[in-house]
Amino acid sequence: MEARLRIDRIACDGAGLCAELLPELVRLDEWGYPIVDARPVPEALAGAARDAVRLCPKLALRLAGTVADAA
Amino acid sequence: MTRLLAAATGPDLDAHLRVHGPGPLRGAVRPGQLGPLVEEVAAAGLRGRGGGWFPTSRKMAAVADAVAGAVRSRAPVVVVNAMEGEPLSGKDAHLLDVAPHLVLDGAVLAAEAIGARRVVAAVTGGTLHLRAAERRARGVDPVEVEVRAGPERYLSGQESALVRWINGGPALPSGAVPYEKGVGGRPTLVANAETFAHLALIARRGARWFRSAGSASAPGTALVTVGGDVPSPGVLEVAVGTPVGEVLHAAGVQAPGEGAVLLGGFGGAFLSAGDAAGIPLHPDVLRDAGAALGPGIVSLLAAERCGLAETARIARWMARQGAQQCGPCMFGLPAVASDLEGLAYDGDARALERLHRRLGLLPGRGGCAHPDGTARLIASALAAFRTDVAAHLSGHCLAAVRSMTALQPQNH
Repeated sequence: MEARLRIDRIACDGAGLCAELLPELVRLDEWGYPIVDARPVPEALAGAARDAVRLCPKLALRLAGTVADAA
Repeated sequence: MTRLLAAATGPDLDAHLRVHGPGPLRGAVRPGQLGPLVEEVAAAGLRGRGGGWFPTSRKMAAVADAVAGAVRSRAPVVVVNAMEGEPLSGKDAHLLDVAPHLVLDGAVLAAEAIGARRVVAAVTGGTLHLRAAERRARGVDPVEVEVRAGPERYLSGQESALVRWINGGPALPSGAVPYEKGVGGRPTLVANAETFAHLALIARRGARWFRSAGSASAPGTALVTVGGDVPSPGVLEVAVGTPVGEVLHAAGVQAPGEGAVLLGGFGGAFLSAGDAAGIPLHPDVLRDAGAALGPGIVSLLAAERCGLAETARIARWMARQGAQQCGPCMFGLPAVASDLEGLAYDGDARALERLHRRLGLLPGRGGCAHPDGTARLIASALAAFRTDVAAHLSGHCLAAVRSMTALQPQNH
């Protein structure tokens, strides 16, 4: 299963936790909003990615890769 | 090549019925099913005239799929989008003036074809509500047609913003997909007013007729708003694929000279007039050229004007029109507007460096395409006005005219 990080840009308020937990895939722009690597999340980072999704204070981050998300 | 404008019979319902007859209604399908009109629209290759140019039949099918896939099957809703938030566009208001009944016919026919029982037409003014009331009094339509006047803002016509407003919220993008969850939570077909007018003619004259104008990949005609530094601004109808130069000529421009053409509006792109003249008004060709057809906007900026100052003013306006919901919109757009002002008014080289860096961080990072459109406009201006950029950096402006009124928003 190839999962990619997706951000709900309207919900995101730039807390920046995702970039702390997953610096390999998320960096922040000069205003603190995430710039996300659009490639599939490598297996080695899957755990950290799940943590970042779970801990986002705005629930704005998710892992998309299910059949429903492909549309 | 005029079709909509040739078929326009004005506000009078009797005149409309005399010329066109009643809409060729075939009886509503059940929610989740598709009527034969959808196949005709697919064969016609109709694409949305609001700026997205998405195949209309696919939108209709997506609504039906969403209805069929829902746990509880509820009739979908049809929304006519005549918000026309793009300041340089006047074609929807014009169309509603000259052919309101074609637009309403198309919406009602579309509703019937997807099993919708309710049409909401969203406008910013005008008299469409009177037309709808007359049709209601005379029992013309088998579905409920409601006309609502919405706020005049750039983003009011963005699909999810429009649905959010109809549902009682602010007219700001929500990120929801209307064909899944739209008006009242129901799957909703949102399409531009002009799209529905074309659909009304396709229902009467067929796909083959529709395809006899325009290009194979974008058939039919399109309404175009021509403005800026042209002798005769206004709304024209042309076959999709007509070269930009021909449209300018029709607006009284003998030779566009050394100016620039803004295609697609404030979320579109500048091309030098020389590059633009031969390019066809076709959504795919313009997209591949880094521009956009948008809702059919062709605006000429005379060479005497400063393209950088004009674009800076537009960029600031776009920043103010943002929904202020996402980081790139709240912070990115005002920042690039300031950078461009620094270049345009102060010849600031560091502002230009910042601008290049920041422009790359806007696309794809908002809840809607507002940052993308603004970034495209500014990037296109830096290319189209590159000699002006060089001049400004050395402290000069090449413009003979310092007033910045060519591409003024009309109604905002």
